[in-house]
Amino acid sequence: MSVLVYTENWDGKFKKLSFELVSYSAAIAEMINTGVVALTIGQVEDEELKKLGNYGAKKVICVTGDSLKYLDNKIYTSIIAGIAEKENSKVIVFSNNNSGKAIAPGVAVRLKAGVAAAVNALPSSVEPFTIRKKVYSGNAFAHTVIKSEIKVLSLLQNSYDIKETANNAEIERVAWNVEPGMVKTEVLDVQKQTGKVLLTDAEIVVSGGRGMKSPDNWGPLVELAELLGGATACSRPVSDEGWRPHEEHTGQTGKIIAPNLYIAVGISGATQHLAGISSSKYIVAINIDKDAPIFEAAQYGIVGDAMKVLPKLVEAVRELKK
Amino acid sequence: MKILVCISNVPDTTTKIKLSADGKTIDTAGIQWVINPWDELSLTRALELKDDPAAGVTLVTVAHVGTSSSEPTIRKALAIGADDAIRVNAEPADAYFVAAQIAAVLEKEKYDIILCGIESSDYNGSLTGGIIAEFLGIPSVSSVSSLRIENGKPVIVREIDGGKETLTLPVPFVAVVQKGIAKEPRIASMRGIMTARTKQIRVYEPVAVNPLTEIVMYEKPAPRAACKFISPDNPAELIHLLQNEAKVI
Ligand SMILES: Cc1cc2nc3c(=O)[nH]c(=O)nc-3n(C[C@H](O)[C@H](O)[C@H](O)COP(=O)(O)OP(=O)(O)OC[C@H]3O[C@@H](n4cnc5c(N)ncnc54)[C@H](O)[C@@H]3O)c2cc1C
Ligand SMILES: Nc1ncnc2c1ncn2[C@@H]1O[C@H](COP(=O)(O)O)[C@@H](O)[C@H]1O
Repeated sequence: MSVLVYTENWDGKFKKLSFELVSYSAAIAEMINTGVVALTIGQVEDEELKKLGNYGAKKVICVTGDSLKYLDNKIYTSIIAGIAEKENSKVIVFSNNNSGKAIAPGVAVRLKAGVAAAVNALPSSVEPFTIRKKVYSGNAFAHTVIKSEIKVLSLLQNSYDIKETANNAEIERVAWNVEPGMVKTEVLDVQKQTGKVLLTDAEIVVSGGRGMKSPDNWGPLVELAELLGGATACSRPVSDEGWRPHEEHTGQTGKIIAPNLYIAVGISGATQHLAGISSSKYIVAINIDKDAPIFEAAQYGIVGDAMKVLPKLVEAVRELKK
Repeated sequence: MKILVCISNVPDTTTKIKLSADGKTIDTAGIQWVINPWDELSLTRALELKDDPAAGVTLVTVAHVGTSSSEPTIRKALAIGADDAIRVNAEPADAYFVAAQIAAVLEKEKYDIILCGIESSDYNGSLTGGIIAEFLGIPSVSSVSSLRIENGKPVIVREIDGGKETLTLPVPFVAVVQKGIAKEPRIASMRGIMTARTKQIRVYEPVAVNPLTEIVMYEKPAPRAACKFISPDNPAELIHLLQNEAKVI
């Protein structure tokens, strides 16, 4: 028996998200008296694979082969389901990120497993298997029972504390043979964002709304984000207007993020915006209107003109970094 | 090329969610039901493709699993411009159940491109599209932010962590769509509303499938502590609090 966790790698490297997933899976494994097997697809060095052991994986399987460079839902699904069968996995854990959303449904069908997507807690009971998931974009949680023998979960990012444990993981390398003609998706072009802190990885996010008035006013906001080592984001109208790139749009229809700190500048706090950021640990609001709904979601607030407040904040952070 | 757009029926996204007294259900009194925002966008994109003769799209059908109470939502999709609709007459129990119903319909009626949204804004499942594809044994692509048809070949852009990939694949396939697929949802014209009344909704009875999950209780997130206000003249105080109280910088 085992708990299988799919730990994606990015050019052979893991992220904080991977360690969170393994920590979470280790806690579930303990609840059902078994161990965690972590699975990654693609070329990863031993040293990097070993890291997963430090978060509780007893075994790390690295699958390599031709035609595995890009995510093909069907191929990845068959690999993960195949390994799950071999490892007799009772619970399979994914991240609720792009690739988790792409692969978890297919793996579940192959294993006749029920799925709870966007879970944010450990199971409250293992018999029946009951777990809390996000519904209504975070406006409520649903305690869901999974009735099948095998369970598939996808974990919301930043919802479980990373736990380090001294543990030496066994490493297993598997060469996967993909039959020609099986790969249906043909990747024609890849565009990677480089150099910047990715919004989905950032611990600190500084975000601007329509209250920023014009794309020309973003200087101090960007500077604040850079000084704090964070990423920049924006509300939907701002990206719709083309003031900021679409990748920065957060909210229900944009990116859903959960940084440690989210600073909302000139954002009113519409439910659709909050849907993308309400899982942040701390929310700071800067808004000229003391009745703006964003203050109901925030722990810290400044009622004032962003154009005056932002430069002062930049100054204060500069002072701090000295 | 025929496109099937799967639509779910969800509370308007500004709804303040209230629970029933026992916490076992959502209090639906006064809720305005709408087409799931992503499905509205994928329907818009399907219709844009149909409007473009070069794309060669001949039919756009919407599919919904739900009881007759969701017919107004289907009619709205028809008013926006879908040619016809399919409804599987069953309470949508979970994603596995819904996907099984749509897959059963697709065994009888052939479509080339099946569009699903990245999630229903109520259940936040992110599952239905991927499950349909697996049931049918056809490929799927998720996080799709652009769909074109060039010389009869689908060209898709999908979002990955920190970038995008452009890819192609043969039909039939399922595309799970997200932001970007269309700019603004198309709205129904007066004429659309009139003609929607005459468009056909084919009703199928459900196939026997047991859902694999069940919601036993709802909970509201714990309310956040009241906001602490800092003077706009002294933002340094905010930085101090973030460093020493919240310990996040
Ligand atoms: C189906 C659907 C999905 C949606 N999805 C999203 C989504 O994913 N993300 C999203 O963000 N929105 C989304 N929206 C839109 C959402 O409803 C709001 O319209 C949007 O979030 C408002 O953006 P905003 O706060 O930047 O602008 P506004 O609501 O215009 O707010 C501007 C704020 O700036 C303040 N302000 C003005 N001047 C200053 C100043 N000088 N200094 C400081 N503050 C100032 C104002 O007091 C105000 O509170 C969606 C809407 C729908 C219908
Ligand atoms: N009852 C339903 N009828 C038809 N399609 C649905 C239904 N529920 C969900 N879908 C489709 O599946 C997508 C994702 O929903 P979900 O997996 O529930 O988050 C939606 O955007 C729809 O395209």
